[in-house]
Amino acid sequence: MDQTWVDWLILAIKIFVVLHIFLIGAAYVVLLERKVSAWIQDRVGPNRVGWGGSLQSFADVLKLVLKEDIVPKRANPRFHFIAPLITISIAIAVWALVPFAAPFTIGDLTINPTIAPDLNVGLLLLLALGSVGVYGIALAGWASNSKYSLLGGLRASAQMVSYELSMGLSLIGLILIMGSTDISTMVAAQGEYWDLGFLTIPKWNVFMQPLGFLIFLVAAFAETNRAPFDLAEAEPELVGGFHTEYTGLKFGLFFLGEYGNVILMSAIMATLFFGGYNLPWIQDIGFFQENAIALALLQFGTLLFKTLLFVFFFIWVRWSVPRFRYDQLMNLGWKVMFPLALGNTVATAIVIAMIKGME
Amino acid sequence: MSNGTHQVVERSAKRMTFWEKLYLPEIAKGLTLTFKQMLKPSQTRQYPEEKFHPEASYRGRPVLVQEESGERCVACGLCSRVCPAIAIEVQAAETEREKERYPEKFEINMLRCIYCGYCEEACPEEAIVMSRDYELVFDNVEEAIFGKEKLLVPVSELRERLEYLRQYKG
Repeated sequence: MDQTWVDWLILAIKIFVVLHIFLIGAAYVVLLERKVSAWIQDRVGPNRVGWGGSLQSFADVLKLVLKEDIVPKRANPRFHFIAPLITISIAIAVWALVPFAAPFTIGDLTINPTIAPDLNVGLLLLLALGSVGVYGIALAGWASNSKYSLLGGLRASAQMVSYELSMGLSLIGLILIMGSTDISTMVAAQGEYWDLGFLTIPKWNVFMQPLGFLIFLVAAFAETNRAPFDLAEAEPELVGGFHTEYTGLKFGLFFLGEYGNVILMSAIMATLFFGGYNLPWIQDIGFFQENAIALALLQFGTLLFKTLLFVFFFIWVRWSVPRFRYDQLMNLGWKVMFPLALGNTVATAIVIAMIKGME
Repeated sequence: MSNGTHQVVERSAKRMTFWEKLYLPEIAKGLTLTFKQMLKPSQTRQYPEEKFHPEASYRGRPVLVQEESGERCVACGLCSRVCPAIAIEVQAAETEREKERYPEKFEINMLRCIYCGYCEEACPEEAIVMSRDYELVFDNVEEAIFGKEKLLVPVSELRERLEYLRQYKG
């Protein structure tokens, strides 16, 4: 076979795998959310469809597909249609940047499990795509021609713009330390260790940027419009917020987008701050060093596991912390998070300059 | 502080401590609580498989007590009279037996019944009592009007309710 054909085939397989992780993963995160909320409230949760409720999400999706698609009479049908597509496309597109495992070689074929590998503006693209995500929600709110939708959309836009700032700034510290915005490089660097003599510590970014991670974590909650920052769809006051006027599969896309974003943010946090696909110590065992495929699978599983932990955290927080008031949200965003992120950036820069100066 | 007519309630000027203002420790506390809750067993009853068995004091659907010799009811019509939902219809008839009167027709419209138990209270013969049966499903309105064939329940099944009534009623 021609070399380009092989490349295309590998790319197609990568996209297929990632897309299905996204779709099936989102379906099961919905189930996990319902189960965790049930456990927290001493309930059982869905347990009728399939073994222990394992097929509940698919039943839900089937229901959504079968529902009538209603577009309000005075809505703008074109934008009403485009809005959920933007949300879902962005949520899927960012997956191209997540490295699932280190590049490995089978025979004379080198496979890089990232869809868009060695992208030197990876981190910037990630933030840029995240910003586009606002459009989906703002557009949905505006195009629905309903006061609840509009309020939800406006809240979401203001909120996401405010927190994007802190999110971007919290990552500058990382860029300063790594000297690169290439996500693959950042993950590979986290595979190393600090040797303290008596023990070794993996060089995860969270140990160097704990404050940066905290800010990113809070901003991630705000960016995904999840509780305690889910003002865009605050049920008691806005019915359903920006998706009030959506039914059937279009609503399903928003739903999928929300959970897809949760998984995505979890994967990004695991990648940027918690060593990504690196499983410290174990991946250095001889067996994995000799078997490239076993190592790749191990790293893939590691990333999925770390992602799952963060997804659980997202859900756990949602069912523990009450929603913010809108002024509290803005105060936190502009008066706490923003100065903290700025301070973190400056402090990191000074420390790096001092280390450079000592050398 | 007070001048007789109105009292001034002093607000406890409890300020948040610095630790509480940090917000994150308090969130951690909340998260710990919900995590502990996650490990506790659920309180859910898996209903259709696991039925609820009410006590004798429970007011389920009203039923007529049936002895070996026939129903206790003498068709006095008090239950029908007292029923706030006008759900009960009784038509009396006579026999040659010692207890002459009996209900020729006794119907309770279960769509109207509000399970208040007034019929049971009013009944001088302990002939109509509230049962434990709470599973009432109908496909149509006709089915919801319970005649004698559905209302009559052998006295042996209602023993506990009758005892409960003797103990606590009037």
